[in-house]
Amino acid sequence: MRRASTIALAVALTALSGIQPCAAADTDPSADTHCSSSWVSAVARAVLPWLHSCEAGGKDSIGAGSTDGARDPYFGESLYNAYQGHWFEALQRLDAELGQHYRVDDQTQDSLYPLIGQAEFSVGDFELNYRMHHRAGRAITAVLEADVPDAVRNEAAFRLARIHFQKGQPQDAMHALERIHGEVPENIADEIEFLRANTFLAMGQPAEAAVVLKQLLGAEGLEGFAGYNYGIALLQDGKTEAGQQQLAKAGAAGRKDSKAVVAIRDKANMVLGRLMLEAKDYANAQRYFDRVSLEGPYSNQALLSAGWADAMAGNYQRALVPWKLLASRESTDSAVQEAKLALPHAYGKLNLHGRAAVLYDEALKSFGEELEMLEFSTQSVRDGYFLKALAREEIQQDKLWVVKLRDLEEAPETFYLTKLMASHDFQTALQNYLDLEDLRRKLESWQTGFDAYDDVIRQRHDYYEPLLPGVDAQFRELDAQYKLRSEQRDILARRLDDQLTKPRPELLAKADERIALDRINATAAAIKRLPEAERDAHMARIERLRGALTWTLRTQYPDRLGEAHAHLEELDVELGTLQQRYRSFVRARQASVHSYMGYDDGIRDLRNRVRDSLERVGQLQKQQGALIEAVAIEELTARAERLKGYQTQARYAVADSYDRASQAQGGAPAASTTPDATATPDATATPGAPAGEGK
Amino acid sequence: MKKVFLRAAALLLAMVCTHAWAQDGYREQMKGLDEQVQEVKSDVLSISAELSQLEEKLLYPSDTHFALFVQLAKGDTLRLDSVDVKVDGQPAAHYIYSFKELEALQKGGVQRLYTGNIASGEHQLEVTVAGKRANGEAYSRSETVAFTKEIKPKLLGLTVSSDSISSAGW
Repeated sequence: MRRASTIALAVALTALSGIQPCAAADTDPSADTHCSSSWVSAVARAVLPWLHSCEAGGKDSIGAGSTDGARDPYFGESLYNAYQGHWFEALQRLDAELGQHYRVDDQTQDSLYPLIGQAEFSVGDFELNYRMHHRAGRAITAVLEADVPDAVRNEAAFRLARIHFQKGQPQDAMHALERIHGEVPENIADEIEFLRANTFLAMGQPAEAAVVLKQLLGAEGLEGFAGYNYGIALLQDGKTEAGQQQLAKAGAAGRKDSKAVVAIRDKANMVLGRLMLEAKDYANAQRYFDRVSLEGPYSNQALLSAGWADAMAGNYQRALVPWKLLASRESTDSAVQEAKLALPHAYGKLNLHGRAAVLYDEALKSFGEELEMLEFSTQSVRDGYFLKALAREEIQQDKLWVVKLRDLEEAPETFYLTKLMASHDFQTALQNYLDLEDLRRKLESWQTGFDAYDDVIRQRHDYYEPLLPGVDAQFRELDAQYKLRSEQRDILARRLDDQLTKPRPELLAKADERIALDRINATAAAIKRLPEAERDAHMARIERLRGALTWTLRTQYPDRLGEAHAHLEELDVELGTLQQRYRSFVRARQASVHSYMGYDDGIRDLRNRVRDSLERVGQLQKQQGALIEAVAIEELTARAERLKGYQTQARYAVADSYDRASQAQGGAPAASTTPDATATPDATATPGAPAGEGK
Repeated sequence: MKKVFLRAAALLLAMVCTHAWAQDGYREQMKGLDEQVQEVKSDVLSISAELSQLEEKLLYPSDTHFALFVQLAKGDTLRLDSVDVKVDGQPAAHYIYSFKELEALQKGGVQRLYTGNIASGEHQLEVTVAGKRANGEAYSRSETVAFTKEIKPKLLGLTVSSDSISSAGW
């Protein structure tokens, strides 16, 4: 039985992470059960506080966390989207802005120019957040290869290292980290070293990791995490005693520990407890399991393990305390289910077979109910309700949407799959499914948008097309007039200029003076035809008249010349206004044509691309959904199988307990496994006072 | 009883191993799908960018394009509730901020509040801001901004703080 218990304990402890380093975001005990290297991703998540902001995570570094975006409205807009987690919109806006920036002839005049480094980094960040690691890597490598200051290059190298690390490529991550030299931005100095240490651990170099982590003890934002990883590094380096001492320090309670730090503290205590169990140091194992908080993610495992530590030490009386507490908890948890078996097992060991039989019965009933629920849940997943529940938008508005899923009555399976959904791989698959759902919605709305664009273009065509011939005819007329007036103005200006070198006052004569001069000239011609006797007297009068007119013209010439220039300037103002109108008309005329011409090919191409993408997204979503469902069903089936195993144990054990209870009461062995009410011990009898039962 | 426990425990261990093996198989499939999902995201992003350009060209030609942006003054503690905008006396935008949006503004994000078309020339913008100051006191302020729309697109930025609304062109 002891061996069996040990095996059962080993199984129970598979739900607890092994001796592995931890990260700021890695506080979910289930996350490690699925993948031996999932901590790599988890550490990456932690080293990327903007991916999973948690209390220990630290600073928000999107867009360098500044208001610099305000200096370029579109960069600012992409940050506005990013800060809300709208990665697609943020990326799309910033991609467009960067594309436009690189198309500008003189980039130094563009408002994005002073922020280009940050913008490039932000693209990488957004891509990373949008789970586009390939593109993120390319974007950041581009910055790394560019001729940039040390601080910028080092930050790029750090980000690239993070990407490699997250993708489970520690060698590449280390290679990127080795490119860091010179000035390092202060806000990421500790993060760089934490990543370096975790990379060393991932590469199986715990000694090097320990050296780095020792320097990080007490670093702001890494409280608890650096200490825990330092302990793990020491253990992996074979320095068992030092590692255990460090883990003990990391597991010690602090006054102002955040939830994340408490979780990591619990994890340290769980690892220590497990080590003590393996070393058969049950008293110390008990001590460390007791240090685990009763509300944290490891509390169930801690209670179960604490009970086993007592049981393995032969102290079944003490094992009852944590197991009783655990057995009363949420019965979907595997630790709770095991406690439902462990508890009557302990009563059996205390010779309280009646109580054991009753508890085995209760466990059987509970397992039966759970199995029914699991079957129902499996069917629900098969019917597609699970995916429908995941795709509900209102749920995703909440940061804890995975937890909120537990409250969905119409999708009971989500209750069982919360832990699975918290695992990194499953969450990536889920997020991909949700991203595909989001893309599908976008593409569908764009598809309907094309019809609206077509409609706008058709309406504009129908409106402008009949108008334009008439407008063009009118315009040609106005155009001819405009050109004529412009030429006339130029002639006048030339003549006035000539006046400055060769003054001709008669050219500045007013209309009545011109008429008078014409009449004088006509009269003079007529006088010439008169007889000579009459001619002289008339001619003298004509000359006087001409002289008077010439006098006026010559004496008033400077004034008239000034006046003419002033009039020319007035004319220029009028012509300027006319020119503005002329250009405005030309622009409006062009805009009217451009508002409905030249779109057809572009829209057709986009329509086809949207259709193809929609098809592809649909196929991928189906595959992703099928895979998620398969994994979920696998998980539910595994749970069901485990429960059936427990059921089998409970069935044998309940019969055995009734037999032993009957024997203890001095009766004959029971003919059937049906409990005899009279043989059942008093449910209220305490193990401390085993009255009436064999001692 | 001991034998039963041993058998059951062995069965459980076997189940754990099989389960882990199956999970590894799924993980490979997930990885493969993840690659494809990244590709399709890239494609859709490029479609989206082109579509935005088309939309801008079609709906907001550069000679009439007018966009209004809102940002909070750096370090200001104003809890912005709503912004109401009228262009030349006509209602253009009325926006009520969620906590998430307010947080995004406080971190330095810039919201594009309005995009539309206006003719070249002189225009009036009436802005009314409502919110709460850091001490919980209700805050409301209205400002009228005159601006000139030229032939090129007009991007106007409003900077809101606890004691002013300022505007600047980009």
